[in-house]
Amino acid sequence: MIEVEGLRKEFVVRRGRFRRERHVVTAVNGISFRVDRGELLGYLGPNGAGKSTTIKMLTGILVPTGGHISVAGLEPSRKRIELAHRIGAMFGQRIQLWWDLPLRDSFELLRHIYRVPADRHRANLARFREVLELDPFLDTPVRQLSLGQRIRGELTAAMLHAPELLFLDEPTIGLDVVAKQRVRDFLVEINREDGVTVMLTTHDLGDIERLCNRLLVIDHGSLIWDGGIPELKERYGGERTLVIDLEEPAPPLVVEGAVVDRVDGPRQWLRFKGSASEITSRVAEAARLVDLQVQEPDIEEIVRRIYMR
Amino acid sequence: MVDAVFVWRRLVGAQIRSQLQYRLSFALDAFGSFWISFIDFLVVLVIFRNVSRLNEWNVHEVAFLYALSSITFAVTDMLIGQLDQFPQKIRDGNFDILLVRPRGTLFQVIASDFALRRVARVVQGSIVLVYALSTLTIHWTVLRVLVLVVSVPSAIVIFSSIWVVGACIAFWTTDGGEFTNAFTYGGTAMAQYPFDIYATWLRRLLGFVIPLAFVCYFPALYVLGKTDPLGLPRFLEFCSPAVAAVSALVAGLTWRSAVRHYRSAGG
Amino acid sequence: MKRVRVDWEIAKRGWRRYAAYPWATVAGAFTNTIFGFLLAYILLAVYRSRADVGGFDAGDAVTYVWLSQSMIMTVYIFSWWELAWRIRDGSIATDLLRPLNPQRYWLAFDLGRAPYHFVFRGLPPFVLGALVFELRYPSPLDALAFVVSLTLAVVVSFGFRFIYNSIAFWLLDFRGVVTLSTTIVIFFSGMAIPLRFMPTALRDLCYALPFGSVIQTPVDIWLGKRDGAALLGVLGLQLFWALALLAIGQLVLRRATRKLVVQGG
Repeated sequence: MIEVEGLRKEFVVRRGRFRRERHVVTAVNGISFRVDRGELLGYLGPNGAGKSTTIKMLTGILVPTGGHISVAGLEPSRKRIELAHRIGAMFGQRIQLWWDLPLRDSFELLRHIYRVPADRHRANLARFREVLELDPFLDTPVRQLSLGQRIRGELTAAMLHAPELLFLDEPTIGLDVVAKQRVRDFLVEINREDGVTVMLTTHDLGDIERLCNRLLVIDHGSLIWDGGIPELKERYGGERTLVIDLEEPAPPLVVEGAVVDRVDGPRQWLRFKGSASEITSRVAEAARLVDLQVQEPDIEEIVRRIYMR
Repeated sequence: MVDAVFVWRRLVGAQIRSQLQYRLSFALDAFGSFWISFIDFLVVLVIFRNVSRLNEWNVHEVAFLYALSSITFAVTDMLIGQLDQFPQKIRDGNFDILLVRPRGTLFQVIASDFALRRVARVVQGSIVLVYALSTLTIHWTVLRVLVLVVSVPSAIVIFSSIWVVGACIAFWTTDGGEFTNAFTYGGTAMAQYPFDIYATWLRRLLGFVIPLAFVCYFPALYVLGKTDPLGLPRFLEFCSPAVAAVSALVAGLTWRSAVRHYRSAGG
Repeated sequence: MKRVRVDWEIAKRGWRRYAAYPWATVAGAFTNTIFGFLLAYILLAVYRSRADVGGFDAGDAVTYVWLSQSMIMTVYIFSWWELAWRIRDGSIATDLLRPLNPQRYWLAFDLGRAPYHFVFRGLPPFVLGALVFELRYPSPLDALAFVVSLTLAVVVSFGFRFIYNSIAFWLLDFRGVVTLSTTIVIFFSGMAIPLRFMPTALRDLCYALPFGSVIQTPVDIWLGKRDGAALLGVLGLQLFWALALLAIGQLVLRRATRKLVVQGG
C-alpha cells in the first residue's frame, strides 16, 4: 500500500526579515518503510521530528527533496488528483468543513467534489450517521458544533468517498474520554470490517495502546523504531511486574531473578526482567499461589525511553 | 469543464441558501453595501454639478463608464472577493486539505465562498447603467451590442486575474496580501473615469500593463462612437476578450507556480 | 497624575497594536498613494474647465487630495470594529468591571494609534505626492493650527466611531450599521470629494455636522482658508463636536451598562 525508500525533505529557511542568511533544515532524513493493506499503524515522534512533513509527502501536499514514495501504487506529488480519490485525510487541528454551512451541506458538497454517485453517497452517509451518531447535529452549522461533534463530522468527511487509505493527524486531540473512545471504535471498525489502511500520528498514548498493532517512531528526521508494540515493550520495556496472591499473608518471597517491591497482606508485587513463565514457576515452587497477574510497563514510560536513547 | 461548472453551481447554491436564511442580516448588509458603493456615483454627480465636461466626456458618458466598471467589479467581487481572506487561510493552514482533494486548488478556493450580499453593488451599478443608457443617444448596431455584451465577461475575467495574481503573493510572504487592494479597488475606481484624464505614466502602468483600460474604456469608445482622445489604434476597442484571455492565462500560470512553490517550500 | 500614567500606557498599547503589522501599513500606504494619484488627476480634469470651485483652485484641490489620503488612517475614516467585536464576544463584561471607563480607555488607545498612522501611513503618500505635484504649504501659524485641528479631528472621529460601535450592545448583526456609518463619514467629511464641490446648502450642512470637522476643516486650515476669527470659529466647532460626541458616547455606554446588568449580558 505504501512504500517509502530513502525519503528526504529539506527546507531552506531564511533568518531575519531582510538579511538573506540561508539555512538548510533537514526535516526528514532518509526514512524507509513499507505498509501493507489493512494495517493500522501509529506514527509517533516528538514535536518537530518530521511527522507532519512525512504525512504531507505521503498525501501529495509536499514534494520530497529526495527518495522514493509510492502510495497505492502512485507517486503522490505527481499524481495528486488521481491519488486523492483513493485516500482520505483528516488534520485534527484544522478545519476542512464549510464553516457557515450545516454539516449535511458539507457532505453534499464533498460528494460533488469527489463525484460519488448519489445512492452510494447516501448509503455511506447512513452508515456513518449511525456509527458516529451524527443525526442530532447533522443540520447544525459547523461553527456551532462542539469539538467532539466537529471531529466526528471531519472523520465522516474524510471517509465518505470510501478511500482505501486514511491519514489522520492528531485525530483525538482535545477530546474528552468518551469522544476519544468513539473515534477509536470508529477507526477500529473501518480497519477491521472495511480493510481500510489507517496511518495516524498522535501524541496520545491511549490511541496507540488501543488502536495500533504497529508503531513507527521518528525523531530528528530519522526512523528510530518500526515494529509491533509487544516487541517494543520487550526491547524497551525492561522490567515487568508479577502480582501474586498467596493463600495467606507471608513475608516477602525470595525468588531468583525477582525483587519484591511491595507487600500488602496476601498480595505481593515482584519486579522481574525476562521470561514471565520462568519467574512464575520459581514463585510457585516457593509458595502456594491462589492467583497471579503480569503487568506490562506503561507505554508512556517506554516511549520516553525511546526518545531519550 | 462542464462538470466543473456543475460542481461550482452546487457549491455556490448551497452557500446562497444558507446566507438567505438570515434575512434581516442579509438585508442590512446589502443595504450598507449599496450605499457605500453609491458614494462613488455621487462623486460623479457632484463633479458634474460643477463642470459640464471632463475632457471630452459628458456626465452621461462618464455614468456609462462608471456603470460598466462598477457592475463588472461587483460581480467579480461576488464571485471571488473572498480571496481577500486568502492570506489568513494560508496562515491558518487550511490550504493543505485542498491538495488532498481531487480538484484543482484554484477552483476550490474560488468556489468555496460566495457572498450574496455583494449583489447590492451589482444592483446599484445596474441602476446607473439604465440611467446612462436612457440619456445617451447610442447608434446601436449588432456589432456595438456584441462589443458591449462581450465586454462584461471580459472585464470580469480581467478583474479576477488581477485578484488571483494578488492572492498568489500570500504563498510567498505571509504579510504581503494587502497590496492587492490597491489594484482591485483602485482598479475599479480608475476604470470609472475616462482614461485620458490620467497622466501618461499612470495610464501605461495601470491601463495597459495591468490592462484596466480594456475593462470598459475601449469597449465604451466603440459603443459610444467616440474618437479616442488618446489617438490610439481603433482595433484596441475590440481587444477586450483577447486581453481577458491573456490575463486569465497569466493568472493561471502564476497560481500554478505559486502552488508549486508552496508544495516544495513548506506547506 | 496616576490616571495620566495609565492613559499613557494605554496609548502606547494603541501604537503597538498597529506597529505590529508593518507590512499591512506599507500596503495601506501604497493603496493610499495610488488613490492619491487617481483622485488628483480626476480633480485636475475638472479644473480644465474652471479656475475655481467653491473657493479652491487647482493647486488647492490637488493639495486637498494628498492631505486627505494621508489623513485617512490618522483620523480612521474607514470601519472601526474593535469595540464592537469585544461587545460581541462578551469580553466587554470584564472591561466594565474594571475601574477604568471604557470610553476613556479606547480614546487613549486611539490617541496612541493616531501618531503611528500619521507618521507611517500619512507621511509616505504625502511626500510622494509632493514630489510629483506642486502642493501648497501652510504658514507657520496655519501649520500649528493644523496640528491642533488634526488632533481634534481624531477625537471627533473617535467619538463617532465609539457611538456606532456601541450598536453592538443592541444588535447582534451590526455589520450593516457599521457599513452605513462608514458611508456617512466618508461622504460627508469630504473624503470622497471636497465639500467645496458640493452645492452650497449641502456643504454648509456638512460643515455644521461633526463630519465636516473630520477632514475638510483641517485641510481648510492647512490651505490658509481660515484666518483670524474664522480660524478660532472652526477650531471651536471641532472642540464642540469632540466634547458633544464623547458625551453622547458616555450616555450610550451608561444605557448599555444598565441593559447588561439587567439582562445579565
